[in-house]
Amino acid sequence: MITAVRKPMEEIIACVAPYDRILLVGCNECVSVCSVGGRKEVALLASALQMHFLKQGKTMDIKEITLERQCDPEYVEELVNLTDGADAILSMACGCGVQTIAGRYREKPVFPAVNTTFMGASERQGVWSERCQGCGDCVLGITGGICPIARCSKRLMNGPCGGSSNGKCEIDPNIDCAWQLIWDRLKALGLERRIEDIMEAKDWRTSRDGGPRKIVREDLAS
Amino acid sequence: MTKAFEPEIVAFCCHYCAYTAADMAGSKRLSYPANVKIIRVPCTGKVDPIHIMKALHKGADGVYVAGCLEGDCHFKTGNIRAAHRVRRVQALLEEIGWDSRRVEMITMSAGMGERFAQTAREFTEKIRELGPSPVSRAGQEAGRQAVS
Repeated sequence: MITAVRKPMEEIIACVAPYDRILLVGCNECVSVCSVGGRKEVALLASALQMHFLKQGKTMDIKEITLERQCDPEYVEELVNLTDGADAILSMACGCGVQTIAGRYREKPVFPAVNTTFMGASERQGVWSERCQGCGDCVLGITGGICPIARCSKRLMNGPCGGSSNGKCEIDPNIDCAWQLIWDRLKALGLERRIEDIMEAKDWRTSRDGGPRKIVREDLAS
Repeated sequence: MTKAFEPEIVAFCCHYCAYTAADMAGSKRLSYPANVKIIRVPCTGKVDPIHIMKALHKGADGVYVAGCLEGDCHFKTGNIRAAHRVRRVQALLEEIGWDSRRVEMITMSAGMGERFAQTAREFTEKIRELGPSPVSRAGQEAGRQAVS
């Protein structure tokens, strides 16, 4: 999922302070699962903002709505009858959702209430870790299901480096060395000889080096 | 004439401890302030930050969550979760410029009727000292304007 964290209240308050009527929009997908932008968090932020402004002597009108998916135009269309009653839109979705709203409702200022962080997986309740950087050319099949790009601090393709110590990364003792994990996994699978295969320099054009990416499925898009 | 401030306090009380302790206080004829409005919950682990925030947003001057003593939760860790959530709300209140002392986590056992009554008295006194919350103050001012 795409993970995010709420922005500091100070920043959110500064964004919405010039307005009187706010449309606060949550998303039922990834940000809901990582407990940052679903229905509950929308209600919490709406109350917090109203309580803050009430203390300043200002009544802030906040309408709450949580869309099924903010990154799909079909769902964002549901806001069409609500935007007229708002001076600004505050989105609790990831950057994709914020941009979909900004693209559809061009006449309204749109602000993000969360910082989109990474593509990750849930380790346990309340803990998420980065697992994928969307490089566009997946190598998990040859690295034992552990991504050296997302999980090695140096994104080494032929690790480990000299900073690997007791299975931990030199940048932080709480971070596992991805190449240690890869080695352990390959060994468990009886595939340890693979560690000797040299991976060639990665072609980063499938990643961000090729500029903003787009997928066009002719069978669906036509 | 200005009426003396009487705080509105919401207490989320666990069925297995604080709520029973409130019963115990009643059985023992121990008095505690009528300001405290009890909401019984099956476990304090059921109390979400949104419940606390909405209580404050709707005009409560203080909110406390009363759960089992550490290690005694009927559902093992509900009271620990509740304590974390209370801390989260306290942090949020600080962020929006409210006094975080308006929210508190308290623990007790079912037999602690005296503690329930004492806690209710102490918390009410603390909130009385803090004064009306910004929401209830705004409500009072709106009421005064409507009268004048």
